[in-house]
Amino acid sequence: MADVNITLDGKKLTAPAGTLLIEACKNAGIEVPSFCYYPGFSLQGACRMCLVKIEKVPKLQTACTTVIGEGMIVTTDSPEIHQARKSMVELLLGNHPLDCPVCDAGGECELQDMTFAYGAAESKYIDIKNHREEQQWSPVVYFDRPRCILCYRCVRVCGEGMDVWALGIQNRGVASVIAPNKEDHLECEECGMCIDICPVGALTSGAYRYKTRPWEMKHIDTTCTHCGDGCRTTLGVRRADTGIEIVRGDNRDKSGINGDFLCIKGRYAFDFVDNEQRIKQPLIRKDGRLTPSSWEEAFELIGRRFAEICGREGGRAIGVIGSSKTSNEENYLLQKFARVVLGTNNIDHHRTGDFPAFARALAGKLDATASMRDVFKAPAMLVIGNDPTNQHPLLAWQIRNNVRLHRSRLYVINSQPIKLRRQATAFAHIPAGSEAKLVALLAGDDSVLDVLVSENTPREALLSLRDRLRGEQNLVIIFGAELRGEEMARLVKVGSAVSGAKFVCLGDYANSRGAADMGLYPDLLPGYLPVTQGKTFREEWGGLPDAPGLTIPQMVDAAKAGQLKALYVVGANPVARFNIDPFAFAKSFVVMQDMFLTETALIADVVLPGANAYEKSGTFTNTCGDLQLLRKAGEVTGTKPDFEIIVRIAERMGFDVRKLVPFGGGMWADMGQSRGAQSGEADRHSVWLEAHGLETKLSPFDPMAILDEIQRLVPGYHVSRRTLLSGTDQHTRIGGPGILHNPELIVPANDDLFTSGTLGRYSRALNSVLENQRRKPVETEVAAD
Amino acid sequence: MKLSDQFEQRFHAMINHYPTKRSVLVPSLLYAQDELGYLTDELIAEMAQRLDLTDLEIRNVISYYSMLTTQPRGKFNVQVCTNIACMLRGGEEILDHCKRKLGIGHKGTTRDGLFSLEEVECIGACSWAPAAQVNYDFHENLTPERMNEVLQDYRRKVHQQENC
Amino acid sequence: MADLVSHPDEVKIVSKRFGQGATDIDRYLELDGYKAVQKALGIGPDALINEVKNSGLRGRGGAGFNTGMKWSFVPKQSPRPKYVLCNGDESEPGTCKDRLIFEHDPHSVIEGVVIAGLSVESHVGYIYIRGEYRYLSNIMQKAIKDAYARGFLGKNIFGSGYDFDVYWHGGAGAYEVGEESALMESLEGKRGIPRIRPPFPAVVGLWGGPTIINNAETLASVPHIILGGAEWYASLGPPRNGGTRLFCLSGHVARPGVYELPMGYNLKKMIYEVAGGIADGRRLKAVVPGGASTPCLTAEEVDVPMDFDSLMKAGSMLGSGGVVVLDDSTCMVKFALRTMQFYQHESCGWCIPCREGTDWLKKTLARFHAGEGVKKDIDNIQYLAENMLGRTFCPLGDAAAMPTIAFIKKFRKEFEDHLEGRPCPFEKEGVVKQLPVFA
Ligand SMILES: Cc1cc2nc3c(=O)[nH]c(=O)nc-3n(C[C@H](O)[C@H](O)[C@H](O)COP(=O)(O)O)c2cc1C
Ligand code: SF4
Ligand code: FES
Repeated sequence: MADVNITLDGKKLTAPAGTLLIEACKNAGIEVPSFCYYPGFSLQGACRMCLVKIEKVPKLQTACTTVIGEGMIVTTDSPEIHQARKSMVELLLGNHPLDCPVCDAGGECELQDMTFAYGAAESKYIDIKNHREEQQWSPVVYFDRPRCILCYRCVRVCGEGMDVWALGIQNRGVASVIAPNKEDHLECEECGMCIDICPVGALTSGAYRYKTRPWEMKHIDTTCTHCGDGCRTTLGVRRADTGIEIVRGDNRDKSGINGDFLCIKGRYAFDFVDNEQRIKQPLIRKDGRLTPSSWEEAFELIGRRFAEICGREGGRAIGVIGSSKTSNEENYLLQKFARVVLGTNNIDHHRTGDFPAFARALAGKLDATASMRDVFKAPAMLVIGNDPTNQHPLLAWQIRNNVRLHRSRLYVINSQPIKLRRQATAFAHIPAGSEAKLVALLAGDDSVLDVLVSENTPREALLSLRDRLRGEQNLVIIFGAELRGEEMARLVKVGSAVSGAKFVCLGDYANSRGAADMGLYPDLLPGYLPVTQGKTFREEWGGLPDAPGLTIPQMVDAAKAGQLKALYVVGANPVARFNIDPFAFAKSFVVMQDMFLTETALIADVVLPGANAYEKSGTFTNTCGDLQLLRKAGEVTGTKPDFEIIVRIAERMGFDVRKLVPFGGGMWADMGQSRGAQSGEADRHSVWLEAHGLETKLSPFDPMAILDEIQRLVPGYHVSRRTLLSGTDQHTRIGGPGILHNPELIVPANDDLFTSGTLGRYSRALNSVLENQRRKPVETEVAAD
Repeated sequence: MKLSDQFEQRFHAMINHYPTKRSVLVPSLLYAQDELGYLTDELIAEMAQRLDLTDLEIRNVISYYSMLTTQPRGKFNVQVCTNIACMLRGGEEILDHCKRKLGIGHKGTTRDGLFSLEEVECIGACSWAPAAQVNYDFHENLTPERMNEVLQDYRRKVHQQENC
Repeated sequence: MADLVSHPDEVKIVSKRFGQGATDIDRYLELDGYKAVQKALGIGPDALINEVKNSGLRGRGGAGFNTGMKWSFVPKQSPRPKYVLCNGDESEPGTCKDRLIFEHDPHSVIEGVVIAGLSVESHVGYIYIRGEYRYLSNIMQKAIKDAYARGFLGKNIFGSGYDFDVYWHGGAGAYEVGEESALMESLEGKRGIPRIRPPFPAVVGLWGGPTIINNAETLASVPHIILGGAEWYASLGPPRNGGTRLFCLSGHVARPGVYELPMGYNLKKMIYEVAGGIADGRRLKAVVPGGASTPCLTAEEVDVPMDFDSLMKAGSMLGSGGVVVLDDSTCMVKFALRTMQFYQHESCGWCIPCREGTDWLKKTLARFHAGEGVKKDIDNIQYLAENMLGRTFCPLGDAAAMPTIAFIKKFRKEFEDHLEGRPCPFEKEGVVKQLPVFA
């Protein structure tokens, strides 16, 4: 758009036509206060804090509703403006309780800040404040009417942003009140966005309220551990006797791939961390009972047994099952451990999306995967299968907002009337299981029409959908686990005919994509390289087994046949997930590491207390392929990160850990010890090294040491280390030849908003919501205007 | 939910008057209230369903308009204006008189369910003040004595209905 | 229903059919009904707008904007349908004139709506009538039905090939809904929250289409202008203030009622001659000249012509034509309180200064009148009102602030007389009673 000339406080500037004055000011470094204005939502003009003087206009004008015009001359601060804003604050304080000392928002409150800024400290009113009792609207949402300043942010984020429309405004005048959709309580997605966006302490979180003062927390930006979307979440952490206490999850840093968004899991479901059932001591089965023991004893036992089995029967007799919730570094390390230390390709994980086929389908195509940020920008989107609103909440948010803010066209094809259809330009409701037929139709095969048509979706609708898709450009095509193997390859082929098309293959857990990329497959090395072709790795590692190993079901069979002598499970719960007969492993030596005594613990001989993603550093790759940093928020005494545990086991097996983790290699830093008084310079030196991603890896337990190797060897992972370390997501490319096989091994997790695999069972927040829901009758959905 | 034929007639006529269904909401609610006495949960659900709105949206609207209510009230709603023009000519006395006479306060309902009382803002009868509205009927140039007659007339009306 | 009055000084134009049985369409036709529309059909949009512009007709709803000018802001080309919206929400305290028009001359409003539609090439008009006026809604609906039956509305009106539909719409009790943008929200079935302007309704109005919004009296005046000519109409009042107005005289006058007088008619004369002077031999204290929103004039200030410009010069506004007369038995504190009670009750609650300001003003005034006032309250009231003024989302906040500032400025002494537990000097029993608080 063309630029227009404006003058702000005497500064002559240009800004794109159509810019709101308040944004133009912000870009020019001039802060115009606001309560009701919030970027990306409908304009309100309600709080009158942003009043500014526009030359030739008699009254002060709201900068939040004024679009800049050519030659506009604006003053943003003057005694008149200052007084106007001051009086707004005074008026708000008239009815606002001054309970700041106990208010959750104290210290983070925009009303406090404005009172401070405009000096509205004198109370002019002596009459009684209007009062209303606080209400609990849901297990996680509390509402304190007297604190509410009616900025309507919550109403908009819930309606416009979330498409939930659970909040409204009732009554009028001074009796106006934010109201929940069910008279005295909420029925919603419990995302807590309303709480986060509230500028004061009117909406507070059941999980956090009255727990701490904001300044007593340390804030750590990390990546959510629940679903495959990978929101950035900020953990508010407090010191505790047990090591770590996470008191809050929120979204302070809005520069992540999720912008303003977090769902209930990212915001509240960190509380599995201090679940009382958490294991904090290794357990060894003695006389049939899991008995507390020391780490030393456990490592000694595992090292000895693994070495024995390897020595006697070879690595073939051991199976390894990895996790979709452990970091890339841990996953890479685990498969390397299996292949190099144990000497077996018997490694697998719970697959939730067919990434090997995806890699295969995209082989040779550059820039063919869409990042989460691309989804928010694409001019058109096609979603086949899955139910993003429930299974990929962030993806759904980006899709909705792309439609709302950029008028992107959304095409939805699903066997269920999923909620995203509300934003869709076209929705094709197809019979269950006919996704592959649909791909055939898109490919031009009209013979499948008979199978696809239904009352809701007539023939013409399908044909016109196909025509419209063919006419799109830069389409982002998103598909769920309904499409696998050959069918997926076919879709990619058809989709690639659209110029600039990019793809997203949906997998369910926080690091499902990472587990796949890192080669937790019996037949694929990291980067989807078939084990038979692993030349680079063979050279790097000095040899690896040639024959493909066992899949999880094959491991079970092998165990039943007495051939699998040991099983090593890292952060997974295969017994529950694959419904494994617990007696299958009766004769195997089973080691597992996890946070809880899951069903898999029933068959374990040794249980090691592991740490979770919030207690370690490393990286996750989300379902789009965006690589993001995990920052350690703290640790729980007695537990260890999986990375360290794997290294320690290798060490106990007598393996040279330097061959496993290339620590101490690369650049050595002089940490100042040798320089005495000049250590300041050395500090700068280390800062420089770190800034260039070349920081020293002094310990074999440092995941960054293995990240070097990953970046070097895994195709698509050569992203800027420096940018990554600064906390910015980096899009990886799916690489390697891939493979089209075994799509039947894919078992979608089917988690919804309130479940998160095995982990979710240990979250109080999720349980309380589920409990609450069970008490309510099912409702039908009504369209919003 | 079953609504009267007259309501349905009006509703269906109105719905064609606007490009959006929602536009019929306010007048329809008032017509429904006239028949039901107040806006019941059932009616709210019914309107939500007819107009593709949520119950919440309907409640948001209802609570905005002072004539709409979700609480039952008397058969005759006596609305006394005390706004400036009426106040100057004794509107408050009329209100006080009604309070005493009916034994109820602002927004109260008599025990027999016959009358409710409400102090209201200007009803557009300033030049004929003081004035009151009973349901939709205007009564103007009131004095306490006139007011007695008005109330008496409504009582009589009910008795007549009951007797035949 | 409401009694009609008359006075020799009246110039009956809008009220000329009052009491003539013109709700009957045949009777209306006998009284020159529907001639204006037929004439307008032959005139063409631009000429129509010019005629209305030159007549000096200014909005009777309150703001007094030149009507023809307003119509000329409607874009000629519009991808969305254009609409005409008649504002019959009449809720400004002191105003009861639109009611008489609907009651006695509903067809004139229809005619006005159609002519407004012709001037901007719109094909749909809505007549919004406040919910309390149910009996008028019935009259209006019948009038519309009759007009359809005669082919005056609907397809091909008067055989002209032009289609025009008119619909009735009913409110449900809200003063703020009289504000033009809130009126549109209400008509669209929403809460009556005003819209952000610009864009103005003439450009983006009902359902996004360009919309003319006019008061019922304004529209009822239009047919007379079309038939009598702009020049004639303009000549009735002072420059830029064409025609006549329905003045609603109320309060302490001997003969309250709605009188149609030429614009610029002297207020003093209006009170003492037309309305028969102050009742019960008392003395004039103050006048609210244009509905509750307008600043009051003291007895000394009433020698003023009643037109938009003169009243503006006198520090007040002509507003909606509701002239409320106060005699010397009136307590100005109580009057200020009752006025504020109204705005507090009617504020839509959207913006801070209006929502919080009206509530605090009401609370303070109530306490003050009850004898619990403290000295700084008086300054506080003024400070509050001045800080609301010009800073609210819509003019309702101004409407609450302006009269309040005037009460304090012009009757400060009376406020001071209420201080420190002194009983209200105007209450008969000497005891102070707190006004009931609305729920
Ligand atoms: C709070 C408020 C209430 C209003 N109420 C009315 C009303 O009841 N009737 C009316 O005609 N105009 C009312 N107006 C004025 C309208 O906004 C609008 O200016 C008018 O309908 C335009 O018509 P006119 O140009 O014919 O006066 C009100 C304005 C405000 C700010
Ligand atoms: S959408 Fe996914 S990643 Fe984001 S907060 Fe929710 S569970 Fe976490
Ligand atoms: S930010 Fe502009 S009015 Fe609230």
